Amino acid sequence: MALITCENVVLGYDGEKVLSDINFAINSGDYLCVVGENGAGKSTLIKGLLKLINPMEGKIILSDGLKPSEIGYLPQQTAIQKNFPASIFEVVISGKLNSMGFRTFYSSKEKKDAMDKIEMMGLKGLEKRCYQDLSGGQQQRVLLARALLATSRMILLDEPVAGLDPVVTAELYELINKINKEMGITVIMVSHDIHAALKYSTHILHLSHRQLFFGETGKYIHSEAAKEFLAVE
Amino acid sequence: MLQAIADIFSYSFLMRALIVGVLVSLCASLLGVSLVLKRYSMIGDGLSHVGFGAMAVATVLNAAPLAVAIPVCVITAFLLLRINEKSSMGGDAGIAVTSSGALAIGIMVISMTTGVNTDIYNYMFGSILALDNTDMILCIVLSVIVITIYFLFYNRIFAVTFDETFSKATGIHTGIYNMILAVLTAVTVVLGMRMMGALLISSLIIFPSMTSMKLCKTYKSVIVVAAIVSVVCFIAGLLISYLYAAPTGASIVVVNIVVLIIAGIIKRGRSK
Repeated sequence: MALITCENVVLGYDGEKVLSDINFAINSGDYLCVVGENGAGKSTLIKGLLKLINPMEGKIILSDGLKPSEIGYLPQQTAIQKNFPASIFEVVISGKLNSMGFRTFYSSKEKKDAMDKIEMMGLKGLEKRCYQDLSGGQQQRVLLARALLATSRMILLDEPVAGLDPVVTAELYELINKINKEMGITVIMVSHDIHAALKYSTHILHLSHRQLFFGETGKYIHSEAAKEFLAVE
Repeated sequence: MLQAIADIFSYSFLMRALIVGVLVSLCASLLGVSLVLKRYSMIGDGLSHVGFGAMAVATVLNAAPLAVAIPVCVITAFLLLRINEKSSMGGDAGIAVTSSGALAIGIMVISMTTGVNTDIYNYMFGSILALDNTDMILCIVLSVIVITIYFLFYNRIFAVTFDETFSKATGIHTGIYNMILAVLTAVTVVLGMRMMGALLISSLIIFPSMTSMKLCKTYKSVIVVAAIVSVVCFIAGLLISYLYAAPTGASIVVVNIVVLIIAGIIKRGRSK
């Protein structure tokens, strides 16, 4: 069953269109990679899916009881975070806030959940360490743990491997793949890395201010859009 | 020294200054950590100048200074946040315009009516004699409210400070928490202004959190240490001010500068 359906969606800022004619559907368990060049509108699409901006035209439909707040999000890192004094535990558990209603403090079950996710990400024993002292790959895993705490259904990753070295990049891709295959969590990933996208994803969405391709990864390789894009790479 | 401490407990004006100062220092340091991390430090400075303008106008009109300054500052805080988020002018320019504008208006109003008198001098540079009993009770009530709200929303304020986009995406109303932060800051600034002076109150917000961030690595410890540093520096500054008849605000800031430098040296020493 479709979790997210986009119907003739147009997205933009201040009346200016960035992306138009977006039509696709994501089913539960899919691994969708959103590819395209810089400025193609990938981040704009993400903002639309998270309801941070409203579509100018068309509809973004969340179905199967999925709420916008149930999409775990792994944003690109901001300058503020690089020098932020916070322990790993403090960062991870903040993913729980969306499900707390009017409660103001964490329960012991929520603390245990957070520890479980930290362990799952291979960060056990580091939970009291400072976020800014971690390596880039570890920081991404902390943010991934936080995203997983916020959701059990879908995660949305915006360039998760930006600035990481090849070994760490491969590890992170494996981890995301595991989350998709073993936990059954739907993955939407914005990526520059077309080769990794082809390797792991089930579906590809290729954007360039409009939708050049959407479909299964196997079919994408033979499409016109892919030929041009892969030739440039 | 001991005599000075004994004096504080025997003079009621010093006792009032101590109570109000400790509470305001606590509020300022708690809020300061979030403000500094969010790059909102200058909002405190802007608000204090607006507070000065409002108090000057209130003095001329014979109105109660706090009753005028608090609402004016809260409204300004809302506006400054909006400018920060929406305007193309940029938040820093907006704050600069508002703060110098309010200062100028305040000074104009005074010079055209009463001339620069002790009241105005006190608003600019602070005085421990400025507080009466009504002020003290108001300060106690408002500071307790500020501290309570801060602790109730502690986890959410952390989340919104650390990663506003993620918080917004997962359904937290980040705008509300930014507003809460701005309103609490406005109240704190006005409360502290009488003692610290309009020109120095923002240091009470910024210095302790800067010091604390040099020493601590987790958010909770930063908050706790900032609160302790803030209160200790305030008391030390008050004592110095009393012993050497120095202006209160300036004494407190000087103590804070020394502590910040020491923290910087300790951090250097550690990383070597």
